[in-house]
Amino acid sequence: MTATEAVAGGEDELQRHFDATIDHDQRVEPRDWMPDGYRGTLVRQIAQHAHSEIIGMQPEANWITRAPSLRRKAILLAKVQDEAGHGLYLYSATETLGVDRTDLTDKLVEGRQKYSSIFNYPTLNFADIGVIGWLVDGAAIVNQVPLCRCSYGPYARAMIRVCKEESFHQRQGYELLLTMMSGTDEQRRMVQDATDRWWWPSLMMFGPPDGDSPNTRQSMAWGIKRHTNDELRQKFVDMTVPQAETLGVTLPDPGLAWNSERGHHDFGEPDWDEFKRVLHGNGPCNAQRVERRRAAREDGQWVRDAAAAYAAKQADRERGAAV
Amino acid sequence: MDNAYEALVESEGDTRWAFGTGFDDPLAGVDATVPAGVDGPDLGAYCLMLGDDALILSHRLSEWCTRAHELEDEVALANISLDLLGQTRMLLARAGQADGSGRDEDRLAYFRDEEHFRNVRLCELPGGDFGRTIARLLVFASWRLAAFNRLGESRDPVLAAIAAKAVKELTYHRDYAARWLVRLGDGTDHSHQRAREGLEAVWPLVDELFEPHDVERRMVGAGVGVDPASLREEFDAVLGQVLEPAGLATPETPAMGRVGGRAGRDGVHTEHLGYLLAEMQGLARAHPEATW
Ligand SMILES: [Fe+2]
Ligand SMILES: [Fe+2]
Repeated sequence: MTATEAVAGGEDELQRHFDATIDHDQRVEPRDWMPDGYRGTLVRQIAQHAHSEIIGMQPEANWITRAPSLRRKAILLAKVQDEAGHGLYLYSATETLGVDRTDLTDKLVEGRQKYSSIFNYPTLNFADIGVIGWLVDGAAIVNQVPLCRCSYGPYARAMIRVCKEESFHQRQGYELLLTMMSGTDEQRRMVQDATDRWWWPSLMMFGPPDGDSPNTRQSMAWGIKRHTNDELRQKFVDMTVPQAETLGVTLPDPGLAWNSERGHHDFGEPDWDEFKRVLHGNGPCNAQRVERRRAAREDGQWVRDAAAAYAAKQADRERGAAV
Repeated sequence: MDNAYEALVESEGDTRWAFGTGFDDPLAGVDATVPAGVDGPDLGAYCLMLGDDALILSHRLSEWCTRAHELEDEVALANISLDLLGQTRMLLARAGQADGSGRDEDRLAYFRDEEHFRNVRLCELPGGDFGRTIARLLVFASWRLAAFNRLGESRDPVLAAIAAKAVKELTYHRDYAARWLVRLGDGTDHSHQRAREGLEAVWPLVDELFEPHDVERRMVGAGVGVDPASLREEFDAVLGQVLEPAGLATPETPAMGRVGGRAGRDGVHTEHLGYLLAEMQGLARAHPEATW
């Protein structure tokens, strides 16, 4: 049945058609009817993801001008550029849901929409660049691989492209850390220090514990989310522990141990009060990150105005020429 | 997913890595022999001049990262910066081969002091607003494209190969800057003013681009280099084609003075370069024994 046929049957028929699409694990496309709640949840989630890509450029861009080799500088610049590209695809995906990119940026700088709390922590030594690739891009991959099967087609397709690039980022970050670990004592100290600072915030990237995540059930029913926060967190820990061993760093959790009964690692509880404080705007860099985004937007207003004025003049000139 | 760990530790090359970032030696496999009759140290100094120009402007453009007015331009400016960084790596590597010192790209980029940098002063000028950034990029890319078009014929096969590749990149940089200068010049009154001010700020550094240094003269004689003075006509024609639709006049601001006849190519810079290098080189110099 096509959407046009469904329209004839009214709202109930549309809902049944939508439910069947979800049940059969098929994709919902922009022209299909969808419930308002589904649309709203998607807009919120994709916008938050897009904002995270864009705000996430800042802690890494912090080291571009200081990267200690030209090869590392090129890798870092290319990575930050990729993140801008991810932001672009994701904002485009929200536009298929009938929202305007400009409005979303307004909401971000006004604090009405969120981005991943991890980017509110500072990058303090060059190993942070490696650790962000390893842990933060690593956690992003664990979160996003299941979204490649998300029920909303444009989001799922954007995720396939994004995940490919995130896996290069993770690899490049890990390779930097391997190199630093085989360097000087001071370099090894940097890697451990960066790991100590980023480990817990990385675990927080999967969101609050399942008991505290009221929207998870509905999102899973809609096929927007495929696994719970705690399932993904566990997967990430299990994946990361052997990587840390190969690297020769200690993960800063005395409770971390293999549990052969569960077939998973046990691990400690992140500081959820800290998580809430950061989420509510009181992390070490929240103000700085939003301010930078706001400044870029305001400082660039005259350029966007110029482009619009020029395009209008060109259109006039073309009309004039056609007459 | 389950293989993420294996994928991380495997070390073989992968063509899917971001361009220009996946190789250790940018000139691996290229015959590095200095052609007969060409002076190695001169060729090295010449490559340093061209490499330093790219390195310093790449740095200035990378300062835009997270600050652009639109994501599309964020990507474009990073792209241009990355292209110039790629050119830098090849030119510095060639410089270290040709001068016989064996210094690699990082030794040259991070462990030379200001007075040994050979870039023209145009590149080190602080970025300023988007108007100035675009004006400088248009001037730089038009000038460098004219030179690199001719360097494709260089008697040094390495330099010729680097130039041939760079020509495509520089053509895009020039066109990007030209399109924006026209939009700004013919946009709003305010953007017109900003474009004019940007152009006036960079103009005092234009004449220096066309004044040959002794090394450049000798490289012209050896059939390796390009005489910068010979590029002026083409440069003026290109700028004219952009300034006309932008509604902008060629500035009349006088050329910036030299110091006892010396300027960027002689290692005599503006006060800005020292700060730029302090930022760029600080970490590498703090850990001279480190490998990154
Ligand atoms: Fe990303
Ligand atoms: Fe990434």
